[in-house]
Amino acid sequence: MSSIKVKIKQQDLNKIREICQAHGNEPGELINVLQQTQEHFGYLPAEIQEAVANELGLPVAKVYGVVTFYSFFTMIPQGRYPISICTGTACYVRGADNVLQEFKRQLGIAVGETSEDGKFSLNCLRCVGACGLAPVVLVGDKTYGRVSPDGVKDIIAEYQDKE
Amino acid sequence: MENVKVTIDNQTVEVPKGTTIYKAAKQIGIDIPVLCYMELEDIGIENKPGGCRVCSVEVEGRHNLAPACATEVFDGMAVKTHTMRVINARRTIVEFLLSDHPKDCLTCKKSGNCELQDLAIKLGIREIPGQEYAEMSTYKTDYSPSIVRELDKCIMCRRCESMCNDFQTVGALNAINRGFDAAVAPAFEMDLQYSPCTYCGQCVAVCPTGALTEVDHSRDLIDAISDPNTTVVAQTAPAVRAALGEEFGMEPGTLVTGKMVSALRELGFDYVFDTDFAADLTIMEEGHELLDRLNRHLQGDSDVKLPMLTSCCPAWVRFIEHHFPDMKDIPSSARSPQQMFGSIAKTYFADQIETPREKMVVVSVMPCLAKKYESQREEFAEDGNPDVDFSVTTRELAHLIKEANLDLKNLSDDDFDRPMGESTGAGVIFGTTGGVIEAATRTAYELQTGQQLNDQIVFEQLRGFEGIRKANVDFNGTPINIGIAHGLGNARKLLEQIKRGESDFHAIEIMACPGGCIGGGGQPLHHNDTKILKARQQAIYQEDQNKPIRKSHENPQIQKLYKDFLGEPLGQKAHELLHTKYFDLSRKIEIS
Repeated sequence: MSSIKVKIKQQDLNKIREICQAHGNEPGELINVLQQTQEHFGYLPAEIQEAVANELGLPVAKVYGVVTFYSFFTMIPQGRYPISICTGTACYVRGADNVLQEFKRQLGIAVGETSEDGKFSLNCLRCVGACGLAPVVLVGDKTYGRVSPDGVKDIIAEYQDKE
Repeated sequence: MENVKVTIDNQTVEVPKGTTIYKAAKQIGIDIPVLCYMELEDIGIENKPGGCRVCSVEVEGRHNLAPACATEVFDGMAVKTHTMRVINARRTIVEFLLSDHPKDCLTCKKSGNCELQDLAIKLGIREIPGQEYAEMSTYKTDYSPSIVRELDKCIMCRRCESMCNDFQTVGALNAINRGFDAAVAPAFEMDLQYSPCTYCGQCVAVCPTGALTEVDHSRDLIDAISDPNTTVVAQTAPAVRAALGEEFGMEPGTLVTGKMVSALRELGFDYVFDTDFAADLTIMEEGHELLDRLNRHLQGDSDVKLPMLTSCCPAWVRFIEHHFPDMKDIPSSARSPQQMFGSIAKTYFADQIETPREKMVVVSVMPCLAKKYESQREEFAEDGNPDVDFSVTTRELAHLIKEANLDLKNLSDDDFDRPMGESTGAGVIFGTTGGVIEAATRTAYELQTGQQLNDQIVFEQLRGFEGIRKANVDFNGTPINIGIAHGLGNARKLLEQIKRGESDFHAIEIMACPGGCIGGGGQPLHHNDTKILKARQQAIYQEDQNKPIRKSHENPQIQKLYKDFLGEPLGQKAHELLHTKYFDLSRKIEIS
């Protein structure tokens, strides 16, 4: 019987410590810490969650509970061009689901997954506050309005040849 | 405290401001059904997520229904607990809960003792509309050495989470995911055995459904008894006799020691012995170890580790191994009574009856789930043959007795076999919080001072139900500071004090479960009624009082064991068979 070892790179641990310290190592700051940590690493793999738990003095089960509760957090590396389809009420009634199905079909991935080449990931979100443009799709920071299933091909093509 | 008047079902009651509707109703005998809500009175645990809404009631002037468990009353409030609207809402809520719940009640381990099933019966649910739309979750069943988790049966009441985090501060379980997939699980949905779980079983003790249950060894036990070539030896923990009767409709606190012995004989055990015998043996070793550490300390030895912590509770041992590995040299090295029993049964007793250890099966009946795990620890085996083959709970024994169609109430009162069934009152009180240290004090006092305790055998200051207790016992001029904690959250507080160098205790007793072993995870379910735990505690003290011998070192069979076999307490043979060491099981972040 022996202890359970969790391996992490020194530079990654340093970054996590920096983020936690900026929040006073307060357990109550968990969500903010996770948000910044994901911003830096792109996702929240197990060892990163273990390190955050350790720094904030929280059980890692608690950290994992928060990560799996909020759809914003992900344990899967996101694509270089993360695609988000708004499925809020306005977008939904104007056909967001058809748009989503088309993205799934063309990319061959499900919601929450990343394409094999690491280029695209697919996610849903709830309302970006641009209901007048419904249905709305975001690729990275760029917003596409009034997207129809027919337009999906063009959006993907825009990034297909980029690195 | 300001009082408010509230009318519930046309009855007016005055309660302190801040009281919930649920509690106010309870005061006037109205029992509003609850499911997720749990309060363990006098233990300071309340699980009140207001999540299930089964306790919904109608409040005059409020347009939606209010959860009675989480809504505070106000002056002039008028509440109706059984309008048609309320009844319909409750029914719909339970129908929804059942819509994605497995329908295997006939074979579910919790059948007949399940709060969800009770509600379905109470509300007369005969069909589950909408179940075709429900998504059944597909979690795999997790078998740890002690606990089985079937998350498909989790209804997200989160009682287990409260016990694991708030009461025990273990942090193995947390709510994960959402919607139909929501459940309570360890981080990354890892199996419990890789988590910091201590197997205390308090999650199992409060789970209202079959999501959390014990690993069942009843079939192994039947196989062992059926095999004519094995000698099957039983040992029964002190807390079992104070609770087993509840499973047969007896009042909480009814002692069934003799009937339990009869039942075990009827079931076909070859020898029915008592873990209390091993508890006396534990006191011999632990008591001497305490005096050894104490005297070295008093002589100025600064290397000696004090306070000494008791080591009978396997959940507590696993807690220190996981959470305070740098303090693992503080607990007594004495093995627990269960394990001492096993190692003596398979050496001393096996020699007496000329049976090789491979042909002997030692079964422990325990109020505990961690004992199942403890018996499987690899250091407690010889060439792969465990000292204790397996451990069954009070509940499993009750099921077996029922299965055998034995009427416990009307069985005769039998006595344990000798030699390992001889025990003292000191061994019995191991079953309640404060008991181990009281037993140790009785022996240590007499050994240290050379004086007989006679009339003052009971140390009232060590008894009680508060989570942390402190007592000072005068050892003939030497004041000994004793601490007692039950519940691992309370233990954590004492450990942190020691860590900070602020502890002046010489000895501390720690038990993981509320009330000690009487409130163990393997006991008949208390369904959140802590009065049951207190009744069991009284029963334990009653048994102590009934015993002709009440000090471990006066047990004639223990004296004989040392004389014929072990030699001196803390001697070489005792060390080999009765002591152990602890491991660092913590999670460590390492640089790759």
